[in-house]
Order: sequence, then structure tokens, then C-alpha cells
Amino acid sequence: MQIKVLKDIMAANTTTAEANQARLDSHGIVGLNIMASPGSGKTTFILRTIDSLGQSCRVGVIEGDLASSVDAEKVAAKSAPVVQINTGGGCHLDANQMAAGLDNLPLDSLDVVMVENVGNLVCPSEFKLGEHKRVVILSVPEGDDKPFKYPGMFASADVVVISKIDVLPHFDFNLDKFRRAVTGLNPDLLILPLSARTGEGFDAWTDWVTAQCRVGRR
Amino acid sequence: MHEMAVTQSLLDIVIKEAEKAGAKKVNAVNLVIGELSGLVDDSVQFYFDFLTKDTIADGSRLVFRRVPARMKCRACEAEFSPEPDEWVCPQCDQWQAEVVAGKEFYIDSIEVDDDADKGA
Ligand SMILES: [Zn+2]
Repeated sequence: MQIKVLKDIMAANTTTAEANQARLDSHGIVGLNIMASPGSGKTTFILRTIDSLGQSCRVGVIEGDLASSVDAEKVAAKSAPVVQINTGGGCHLDANQMAAGLDNLPLDSLDVVMVENVGNLVCPSEFKLGEHKRVVILSVPEGDDKPFKYPGMFASADVVVISKIDVLPHFDFNLDKFRRAVTGLNPDLLILPLSARTGEGFDAWTDWVTAQCRVGRR
Repeated sequence: MHEMAVTQSLLDIVIKEAEKAGAKKVNAVNLVIGELSGLVDDSVQFYFDFLTKDTIADGSRLVFRRVPARMKCRACEAEFSPEPDEWVCPQCDQWQAEVVAGKEFYIDSIEVDDDADKGA
């Protein structure tokens, strides 16, 4: 006997993600899911974001990592509330882990929760966490062909940060081709080229986060 | 890479649906998986064989229907299969394509034994 099921395999995760988002909404918090390959400079990027926002927009961080707590310690040194979630080898965070992260943050005193997802461009795109916006960081040394390899990630993103643009002269990264490809795929996508090292272009990013912050507080 | 977590959710759904239907045993699970999901069949099968032990789905087959990536031009509405490194419309040369197929990720149906099948 055949039984028709027609159920999305990710349904359970999606339900939990919706509950997480409702919880963020009830505190007027904006949730940002930050995704990138290993080595793209996610942590440096988040640290600089915390510095630039200062008290105008209070940031809490959920650090997803395979095993270590090094990144969380760096964030804690900035006096920003941080929760470390070790996935024990898992290649992405899921909505349950996000819920556990939220349990351990002082939600009443935050405007933004930034989730540093586990480094890779495939798995995190499949698992909704309850975020309001999805941010993908692509560093210049990784190359402009990444969207063709991971269209799912770029199609579902709200913002793509092109990081490490200070090294553009040394790499064969065609920003125009990249822009054409990803905005063709996803016309609403915001592309922000910047360098967390020199600070070039970084204001555009902090302005965007600040604008999200106001939306959350309404 | 995320096959373990995915396979667990898959199995949870299969067992729930089978029990709801009063089935005694699951023989096959028919999946529809888009090419863009980044899922490796063999690895799902591996975890599935492992996770189904001592469940009513033990020994069942996974049947994958793979859906290739298809794109649709937003300028002229032509549908086409994307090349590995470009998404340009073959009809009008525009780079304005949306993904219309290849992201599927669901259980179509399951094949089960129930009492009637056993002639009881
Ligand atoms: Zn066209």
C-alpha cells in the first residue's frame, strides 16, 4: 500500500524556527544569521560591527562552532553578551540550537542578535533558525564563482558582504560579474563590499544594521 | 554534509505517517530531492540504514527522484538549464534568472505493509 506524504523534510526545524522568530519579535530584537566559509573573517567582522554600533544598537552574539570557544572569548572581551554553541562536528546550526542560545542571552537588553553560523556555504542555508535577515559573507580570496556553486545560499540571502576588498588588487575577483550574477538571481539582494581591516565600506554595513535595529524596536 | 540531521527528520516523518496509517512495516520511502539541495544520496542511505535499526522502517529502501536545476528568465520568461558558471538566458542574453526547480526537498510517499496486504 502506498501512502502519500508530501511533507517537507525540514518541517520540524521550520516550526521551531518560527517559534524563535516570534520570541525575538516579542522583545523587539532583530535576528541576523551570518553565514560564510571557514576563513572568510566572520569573527573579525562581528567584532568590528560590535565596536562600530556601540550603545546605539546593543548586540548579543550566538557563536556556532564545531568545538572551540575561541571566538566566543573574543566577543566576550568586547563586553557583548555571547553564547557558545558547539555542534560537536555538525556542519550547521539548527533551530533547536538557536532556541538554546536565546535561552542564555539577556533578551530584554538587546536590539540585535547576530548568529555566527558554522563555517560552510551549503548546510546552513537549509536550516532556518528564526532569523529575520540572512547575511552571507564572501571574502575576495574565495573567488567570484562561489554563487554558481552555491546558488541556494545566495538566492536566499538578504545581504552579501564582500569582505577583504583591501586585497582586491591581488586577486582575480570580478566584482561586476559577481554583482550581475547574484542580483540576476536575487534582485532584492543588497551587496556591500567592505574591509573589516581598513574600515573601507564598513559604514554602509553599520548603517544597514542600525536601520534593522529601528525596525525591530517599533 | 548535513545528511545525518536531515535523515533523522526524514525518519521521524516516515514513522509518524506509517503509524498514523496503522502500518506494520515500511518497505520503501519515495523522496523528491532537488539538485541544488547539496545532499549526497549514498550518505543519506548510510545514515538511514543505521537509524532505522529496531524501527518499523528497518530494511526499507530509499528511492530518490532527483530534480535537475531549472531557471526561468525574468525578462522573456524562457526556461533553461543553467551552465555551471553562468546563468545567462539562451534566448535573450539577460542575467535575470530565478530558480524554478532544483530546490525540492520532500517525502513524496511511503510504501507500507498493512494487515490487508498480508491477507489477514
Ligand atoms: Zn530571456
